[in-house]
Amino acid sequence: MRTTSYGAPDSGDFAFDEANRKRAETIIARYPEGREQSAVIPLLDIAQRQNGGWLSDSAIAHVAAVIGMAPIRVHEVVSFYTMFYSKPVGRHLIQVCRTTPCWLRGSDELTRACLKKLGTRIGEVTEDGLFSVMEVECLGACANAPMVQINDDYYEDLTPETLVRVLDALAAGQEIGVGSQSGRQGSAPEGGAQTLLETQPGGGGAG
Amino acid sequence: MPKLTIDGVEIEVPDGLTVLQACELAGKEIPRFCYHDRLSVAGNCRMCLVEMERSPKPIASCAMPAAPDMVIHTDTPTVRKARQGVMEFLLINHPLDCPICDQGGECDLQDQAMAYGYDRSRYQENKRAVSEKYMGPLIKTIMTRCIQCTRCVRFATEIAGVEEMGLVNRGEHAEVTTLEKAVDSELSGNLVDICPVGALTSRPYAFKARPWELQSTPSVDVMDAVGSNIKVETRGREVLRVLPRLHEDINEEWIADKTRHACDGLSRQRLDRPYRRGEDGRLREATWEQAFEAVAERLEDLPGAAVAALAGDLCDAESMLALKDLMAALGSANLDCRQDGAKLPAGPRGAYLFNTSIAGIERADACLLIGSDPRREAPLINARLRKRFLRGGFPVAAIGPQRDLTYEVAQLGEDPGALAALAEGEGAFAGVLRRAERPMLVLGMGALARPDGASILGMARRIALETGMVGDDWNGFNVLHRAAARVGGLDLGFLPGEGGRDRDAILAGAASGEVKVVFLLGADEIDMSALGKAFVVYIGHHGDAGAHRADVILPGAAYSEKNGTYVNTEGRVQLGRLAGSPPGDAREDWTILRAFSERLGSPLPYDNLGQLRQRLIEVNPLFARLDQVAPGAWGAFGSETPAEASSPFLLPVDNYYMTDPISRASVTMAECAEAFGLAAPAKRTGTDG
Repeated sequence: MRTTSYGAPDSGDFAFDEANRKRAETIIARYPEGREQSAVIPLLDIAQRQNGGWLSDSAIAHVAAVIGMAPIRVHEVVSFYTMFYSKPVGRHLIQVCRTTPCWLRGSDELTRACLKKLGTRIGEVTEDGLFSVMEVECLGACANAPMVQINDDYYEDLTPETLVRVLDALAAGQEIGVGSQSGRQGSAPEGGAQTLLETQPGGGGAG
Repeated sequence: MPKLTIDGVEIEVPDGLTVLQACELAGKEIPRFCYHDRLSVAGNCRMCLVEMERSPKPIASCAMPAAPDMVIHTDTPTVRKARQGVMEFLLINHPLDCPICDQGGECDLQDQAMAYGYDRSRYQENKRAVSEKYMGPLIKTIMTRCIQCTRCVRFATEIAGVEEMGLVNRGEHAEVTTLEKAVDSELSGNLVDICPVGALTSRPYAFKARPWELQSTPSVDVMDAVGSNIKVETRGREVLRVLPRLHEDINEEWIADKTRHACDGLSRQRLDRPYRRGEDGRLREATWEQAFEAVAERLEDLPGAAVAALAGDLCDAESMLALKDLMAALGSANLDCRQDGAKLPAGPRGAYLFNTSIAGIERADACLLIGSDPRREAPLINARLRKRFLRGGFPVAAIGPQRDLTYEVAQLGEDPGALAALAEGEGAFAGVLRRAERPMLVLGMGALARPDGASILGMARRIALETGMVGDDWNGFNVLHRAAARVGGLDLGFLPGEGGRDRDAILAGAASGEVKVVFLLGADEIDMSALGKAFVVYIGHHGDAGAHRADVILPGAAYSEKNGTYVNTEGRVQLGRLAGSPPGDAREDWTILRAFSERLGSPLPYDNLGQLRQRLIEVNPLFARLDQVAPGAWGAFGSETPAEASSPFLLPVDNYYMTDPISRASVTMAECAEAFGLAAPAKRTGTDG
């Protein structure tokens, strides 16, 4: 196993835009004076969103400057947490859950279908910059396994086919419903109610 | 004062100690990697586990505050087993490359593995490999060996004050890095010392020697005026490395990079035989007799007033005294040890000492820096100032060019005008000084080595008096010297005698032809072109500016090659010791002067070092009080005439890594200067004319 700490080359001068600057000020104001550094994680999140889903060296340096931390300290935070990315990601970052329930329900097929569809490998960004795929551990939606997270949204009850449909829609910029892709509501039983069939919701069954 | 029981012995320890420190006081050795006395507690190596009664599991003693009625066991089967487990974990990913590791023989992990390691491995898996990091020309990294104790990260952040090192990534992927930047600190060499394994090793010393091959000589550093205590480690007569020696009142356990790494300059560009300048203007090798002959011939029938002597920055007190006595024998009063032209008075002693003392900085509660950049002039004094600053309640202000000193400094201006305003009580900082209980000021050579230096000195004295810096138990008036020889020179009176010339007058006299012979005792920082047609005798050890200009070169010994007395900026008298003999025909400087005086027919009245030291003590009894700081006498000094208000202070050190003949000859120091973008001066060859 070989590990290394080198980040991607700097993408240029990063600075918060006007809306994010205000947002950052609000967040910093939540902490007592002299404790501005407590805001490092929310500020990195804002910066990552503004920077296209990942944190360049200049974005890290900017956050460091805003809260008066040494850049290396912010680098430590960025590299410690798995949801901060120090290398470029696609506009749609696909995180395939591969922990036991999803894996038993076919997450390997999802990954394979994804990579085949996009023609990339894990961690790579497609040439058009739209997609990148990574495997992650449990995202906590086991009742709707298998599932993927794309940016901030969950897509659940997937099959390789429905996942490809989702990707197509995202690539075409079309609306596509988040949540279960098999048609069920939330985590309700597949194929309609299975228990308490004799009781009517709201009615006086037991009474 | 909690009272606790350690291995059945009851002991009372001061408040605020950890269990580990309490165990040390009880004489129990606790193994550790991440814990270091002078750094914050990390508690991440787990090697210091001990058993505490009524605790379900072993505790990390370094992070556990000692509390009353604790019952601690440091040597039970549980403790031993726990430490063995920790050691086994540490060794999972540690390479078995001790035979090719520079830390071998002085490695904490190696030593502790002898005590707590299993004799075989239970792991079949591959070890992790971590790519090497670039940390500058002084530090070599083999990061696979790193055990993530984070001592280096804490040292860089807390002591050196450069937040450039960090532990990135997490878990098995964690690694220490600077993100490929050289560690821009004058104390970076200490990272190698505090690394408990071979992850950070000394780059210049790589693969040079094993610790058991080296002879270690306790000595004193001369690269700055701090007088850091060092160990000079030699094999044969070659100095292979310099390490710090503990002295709580001076350098604690650190030394600056120039102290540590300029030692390769000791074997380069050395003057190893006498030279004299021939008819054709070229320097030619000569025997000692011929060289002495040439000087004696020139001195014949010359009045004393036509002879002068300047002492340099690295001289020991003995050689300066011998030269002073020789000048007296020649009837000359033209001598000066202030080759930078600093307007330092001959006395009282308090006028040229760092009176607060280095350890005393920790008691100060406000500080004013005048024309001084302690970070580059005396890195360890800067480290003390930072240490004090970090404790809080220590406002620092500076008059002079702005420099990053690793702590917050309020900038009050750049010229004597700002100082005069402060003396008048203008500005907020005047109030800060007046309200402070123990304020201090640091007067650097940037303020004194200028034509109106005496006025600045006088002004600083007035500020010191008006803000209550000088009292019975506190003296906040400090002169920060740059040269190891300076205080010694002033103490023994290597100064113009009655009617004698000081440095400026000597140079002017040489230019006009009134001064015909100039002795340079290791003086290389003067403007050699100002010496005109004077006959220059250079006594020194390196082919630097002085040797280049000289008409006769008498090769002397560098600080590691002689027994010498040095007085640091606090006025502390310390002995440097001979670690290896001088090269070739070179001799200890005072013996050269003694031999030459014999040639002149009026031998100096000492035949050995003991007699010379007796003479030194006669001249100034302070030289008998080794390693003591006597309060400097206070009195009137400095000038009342106004300074040139608008000519800004200039700091004397731009390139920290090359300030004296030894560091200018050092390849390592040249690499540092290059790595940090400081102009490397053109190579001087000196002896090849």
